[in-house]
Amino acid sequence: MRLTWWKILSIILLIYTVIGGLLIPVPELSQLGETIRNLYFHVCMWMAMMILFTMSVIQSIKYLQSTDYKKDIKAKSYAEVGTIFGLLGYSTGAIWASYTWADPNNPAYASFGSIMREPKLIGAAMALLIYGAYFILRSSIRDIDQRARVSAVYNIFAYFMLFPSIWIIPRLLPSLHPGKEGNPALNFNDIDAKMRMVFYPAVIGWTLLGAWIGQIKIRIELIKEKNLF
Amino acid sequence: MKNKLFALMLAFSTFSVQAQSNTTDSIMANTMRGNGKIYVVISIILTILTGLILYVYSLDKKISKLEKND
Repeated sequence: MRLTWWKILSIILLIYTVIGGLLIPVPELSQLGETIRNLYFHVCMWMAMMILFTMSVIQSIKYLQSTDYKKDIKAKSYAEVGTIFGLLGYSTGAIWASYTWADPNNPAYASFGSIMREPKLIGAAMALLIYGAYFILRSSIRDIDQRARVSAVYNIFAYFMLFPSIWIIPRLLPSLHPGKEGNPALNFNDIDAKMRMVFYPAVIGWTLLGAWIGQIKIRIELIKEKNLF
Repeated sequence: MKNKLFALMLAFSTFSVQAQSNTTDSIMANTMRGNGKIYVVISIILTILTGLILYVYSLDKKISKLEKND
């Protein structure tokens, strides 16, 4: 059993996130109310996704340098877990938006139709679809070396498509989603001190959980590979 | 051995829950029932989180076993 320090840290931080995230007082905001606590869950999903995709692209670059098959397995597993976190971020965001941006009983709020045109939502969907194509590309090539090489190159492309699709374009267009003027969750002056106390540990906790699941996937693949040869 | 210990702990935890519902003046019961019952939400989320972590942990253990066999 490999219950190393970072796995224990992940468990402790996640428990702290849930307890602290729900109990520590948050600033009162007009439209959001208590839902600002979603910052510890929804935003952390995206943060974890970005970190996992970064880990994946690093492994892909390492694969191209070394043509070591293990690096390809690692790149694939981290990308898979990152995509799952992205999907969770997307669905939690959909729920959050439907109760804070749109209200069918209040004409002052945006309509459901208009929030569907949110550049941030479309950008995030694009980014996830580009990663979806990565897995389709992988499964369509039979030759192991060719698959590893082509998908490593594609993974680098997919990673750099994250920049325009989720960071640049949503900041250029009008949007209800916060984060147009800089980096709201990361900016020290922008986020309440009490919320920072939970937010940063939450990001680390969720990311470590993702890395843990990724590591399990990698080890399964390595055992499978051992049995093949 | 470990599983038996775990089952024993689970059994004890259900006893404690019953004990709480019987006595209305205990502190824990009041906490669980006061303040808009946010503590109930926390306990539910923690239960889900514990379940997921235990699942990942058991997967990890199984894979470690497989790795040793090779």
